[in-house]
Amino acid sequence: MAKPCAVIGIGQTKYKSKRIDVSLEGLVREAALRALADCELTFADIDAIVVGKAPDALEGVMMPELSLADALGAVGKPIHRVHTAGSVGASTAISGANLIESGRYERVLVVCYEKQSEGNATWALSGGRSGGQGAGGSFAPWIRTYITRSGAPEHIGWKVATKDRLNALKNPYAHLHLKDISIEKVRESPMLWDPLHYLESCPSSDGAAAIVLGSEAAAKKSPNKPAWVIAHAKRTEFGQFPGRDTVYVQAGVDCATELYKKAGITNPRRQIDCAEIYVPFSWYEPMWLEGHLIAPFNEGWKMTDSGATELGGDFPVNMSGGVLSSNPIGASGLIRCLEAANQVRGTAGEYQVDGAKVALGHAYGGAAQYFAMWIVSSELNPTFN
Amino acid sequence: MVTGSDFVPTDDDIAIVAVSQTPAYRLWNDSEQMLIMRCVNDLLGSTGMDRNDVQFTIAGSCDYLSGAPFAFVSNIDGVGAWPPVYESHVEMDGAWALNEAWHRLMLGDIQTAFVIGSGKSSPGTPRHVFPLQTDPYTAAPLGLDYPSIAGLQANALINAGKATERDFAEVVARSRRAAMSNPNAQVSGDHSVDELLAKPHYSSPLRLHDLPPISDGAAAMIIARGKRALELTDRPVWIRGIDHRIESHHLGLRDLSSSPSTKLAGEKVGVHDGPVDVAELMVNFSHEEIILREALGLQDHPNVNPSGGPLSGHPIMATGLVRIIEVARRIIEGEAHRGVAHASSGPALQQNLVCVLEGGN
Repeated sequence: MAKPCAVIGIGQTKYKSKRIDVSLEGLVREAALRALADCELTFADIDAIVVGKAPDALEGVMMPELSLADALGAVGKPIHRVHTAGSVGASTAISGANLIESGRYERVLVVCYEKQSEGNATWALSGGRSGGQGAGGSFAPWIRTYITRSGAPEHIGWKVATKDRLNALKNPYAHLHLKDISIEKVRESPMLWDPLHYLESCPSSDGAAAIVLGSEAAAKKSPNKPAWVIAHAKRTEFGQFPGRDTVYVQAGVDCATELYKKAGITNPRRQIDCAEIYVPFSWYEPMWLEGHLIAPFNEGWKMTDSGATELGGDFPVNMSGGVLSSNPIGASGLIRCLEAANQVRGTAGEYQVDGAKVALGHAYGGAAQYFAMWIVSSELNPTFN
Repeated sequence: MVTGSDFVPTDDDIAIVAVSQTPAYRLWNDSEQMLIMRCVNDLLGSTGMDRNDVQFTIAGSCDYLSGAPFAFVSNIDGVGAWPPVYESHVEMDGAWALNEAWHRLMLGDIQTAFVIGSGKSSPGTPRHVFPLQTDPYTAAPLGLDYPSIAGLQANALINAGKATERDFAEVVARSRRAAMSNPNAQVSGDHSVDELLAKPHYSSPLRLHDLPPISDGAAAMIIARGKRALELTDRPVWIRGIDHRIESHHLGLRDLSSSPSTKLAGEKVGVHDGPVDVAELMVNFSHEEIILREALGLQDHPNVNPSGGPLSGHPIMATGLVRIIEVARRIIEGEAHRGVAHASSGPALQQNLVCVLEGGN
């Protein structure tokens, strides 16, 4: 039987274009020490460490858990490294949760990072080939397919981009603080990959995020409120084959179905209080609201358009500003997972959703083919009506 | 010699139910996916399982060997992912994928998992690639490569009075001789120690034959929880324990003539809680066998690396998993009842994993 697991400590660095003030070691250590301070622990209290990041080629360091072992207090301990493309941050959180749920460990430190300024992210995201189209170039045709299929008006994307940047103004760690952001500014920004404008795209960030996961006993001893990990799920499918639905992705539907079933959730829109969803390009908010069964098919954009996904709406999405405001790729999924935890712990500061008890953390990756999700709650055994 | 034990598995114990590996090739002139697919088809054939009966898949591979970011993504083509599958990936040797799968099956909600390790070293030059594992600020720019670091470690061993160059040659002679009966070996042969010692140094005090070959290859296994394991095979190999530990990456902070992380991992899994019939150690360079034997208390053990070890075939990212498979195979075939497998990662045995396996129904 899986043992209970909780997020007991959270730490983040400031996200920005270039963290030239720190080495890779300094960057991960900054997040790790903040997560440890949040639960009043030190490296000596940690039983195992899990590291996650996107391709090694982003920084040019091969299997970096080796050279980061000292900085993460891992010497003499188990440390392992997860890599599942863009979903890696959430996959790493789940990998850490598995260690606690196995009953073998009391406290596990999970650290994810990317220092994109050390390399060329668009080159790496194009599979290491020059002249690549980058991530936006891959996703834009699928976004256009979604718009055509659902009949969504063009302004939905601008609206998501504006909302997430307004939320980011409340988050001191967010990379982008665009004080004068507006729908007009998004619309007027240069077209990068039709239909995606410059301001509908995520930034390229340096940064690290960390959580301390604990057993039930460790959570009870912890000074601050835990966020209980009540369910997690992962699904993967092929990136391309004839007839593949790249918009309403089967792996994403299956992943959400499994997740809600494990959590005991029968009506995600009503029973989940808020969500941190991996939205690197504006349109992925309505696409994943549908693709993860929160909104009816072809109607995700109506949720966005109605204001339901704003702070203060009935299903706030990306309260922290999301990937559109901070994107250290390998950490972005873990940031979603830990921001969900912040909400149910009541530690989200100015972007706190009042009374949030159940939150979704989500990431996807590759050719929209890798999915990793978890549900956290303020209660160990929440009941849903 | 095959020894008995009073171990009685329960449904919470997890067993290897089938193993597969490709030969180690100097150049596999096809894709990494094809290497993986051969193993997967072999495993499905030997267990009679359908792809969709296997509930979790986890693979270990390395983008840098292929020279392409996200190289691991296409590896799922060799495993199958339609309908969508529950799957994960570690950028580590497949032995660490097994570690994660083992923990995952402990949760009890799923019964079976694929564990895969694969790598093609042939497209690149390992001497140029592997310095990227060292400290990116102080060491990598110097191009300090594996053979050079291994030479430093071998020298530390000699200076500590723990070994001589003749001892290294004896490891090589025995490994290559053992590999003559291993159909998956890439390098084998009958050499005298004096013949080997007559060769010139390559990375002093090491000679070229003290290094592993450059190999392409894959390995995979299916593991299952108690009852399901017994349905799938009448010769399960139980995973009695896996532990792994890391050391500092600053070579100057370590005593390179010993391996405290291997020693600690070995103690945690109870290597000597029962008789050790066979041991397969990830000896990347001949001198490492002496360090690892000491760390695991196997100094005079007569049955270490009967496959020939990595010195006879080194498909990086599968090499560690192959050690576990070689022990499991001997337990399946009844040559051994209980054995120890070891995997390592990083320069000069920086990180080490120890696994204890045991047979019995």
